[in-house]
Amino acid sequence: MEWTPYIAGAGIGILSWVAFLLSNKPLGCSTAYARTSGMIERLFRGKKTEEKPYYRKFAPVVDWEWMLVAGVFLGAFAAAMLTGGFALEWVPTLFGDTFGYDTALRLAVAFAGGILMGLGSRWAGGCTSGHGISGTLQLAVSSWIAVVVFFISGIVTAFLLYGVFW
Amino acid sequence: MTLDHLHENNRLQLAIGLLIGLCFGVFLYIGGVTEYNVILGQLLLTDFTVVKVMLTAVLVGMIGIYLMLGRGLVELHPKPGSIGSTVVGGIIFGMGFAVLGYCPGTVAGAVGHGALDALFGGVTGILVGAGIFAAAYPALDEKILSRGVFRSMTIPDALKVNPWYVIIPFCILIAAVLAGLEYFGL
Repeated sequence: MEWTPYIAGAGIGILSWVAFLLSNKPLGCSTAYARTSGMIERLFRGKKTEEKPYYRKFAPVVDWEWMLVAGVFLGAFAAAMLTGGFALEWVPTLFGDTFGYDTALRLAVAFAGGILMGLGSRWAGGCTSGHGISGTLQLAVSSWIAVVVFFISGIVTAFLLYGVFW
Repeated sequence: MTLDHLHENNRLQLAIGLLIGLCFGVFLYIGGVTEYNVILGQLLLTDFTVVKVMLTAVLVGMIGIYLMLGRGLVELHPKPGSIGSTVVGGIIFGMGFAVLGYCPGTVAGAVGHGALDALFGGVTGILVGAGIFAAAYPALDEKILSRGVFRSMTIPDALKVNPWYVIIPFCILIAAVLAGLEYFGL
């Protein structure tokens, strides 16, 4: 039996206690991308960006959750460096072994997937952290429905992509 | 300093957010879920690491949060939802999950261990997708997001029972699923 997924999961569960207690906030990641997108848009369009209804709800500023996502990057970087797991890689092996190690193809697919992810996570009001972990642990109705839909849609799409159905 | 004072100290909150994020990144990395291969392995049902990490986090998190809630130390923040928002958005999310192979949290962790597809394809795509949503939000909100709003915020509210009547069965169910995965060597 491999214990690390359970240790990592228990650690994330305890972190959710800390986040609720010290910050009165659930762990979540996707609004940080919406805020960043607004910050980038503001560079080009100026103050008009802030008048968009969505950015009135989620102002394009660095907030707690933005710092959380920055922390995820730094934490994974530190852990990878300390364990010798850091490696620059353009194409993950599962993708490369199936579709070939063409960097342009992988980047195009990842970009298309990213657009769906950015759109879907804001559309659904949360992601795998906000709904999948923080929402379900609060027993939120919307989050349990969201996480079931995330996985059914993800499994069907992955089976189609990797040709499991044919 | 009371908890309310702590919550209102914005600069300190940014530092706390960064520290919690750092730990979150370490756990995501050691759990293996910042790897494209692990996430796609989960969606192809050949590797159950993602489910193990998530269910353990929910089991541990749920017990602690509801114990603290009972003592008045924390507040819940359940998100509202609807068919038009949660279900339609969830389908788009799932497609993105499989095509990208990372989610908004794990993509940041993947960039941290050197996944360049996560940085140049994933993060840029998510920013573009979030921008498209912000632009379309007024029309979507009027036509789709508000369709079929869920009546209850939480499952105990929906069932009108003490939360522990839901938590205890859920915890037993999660433990049984995890034990089952180990029993079948998944």
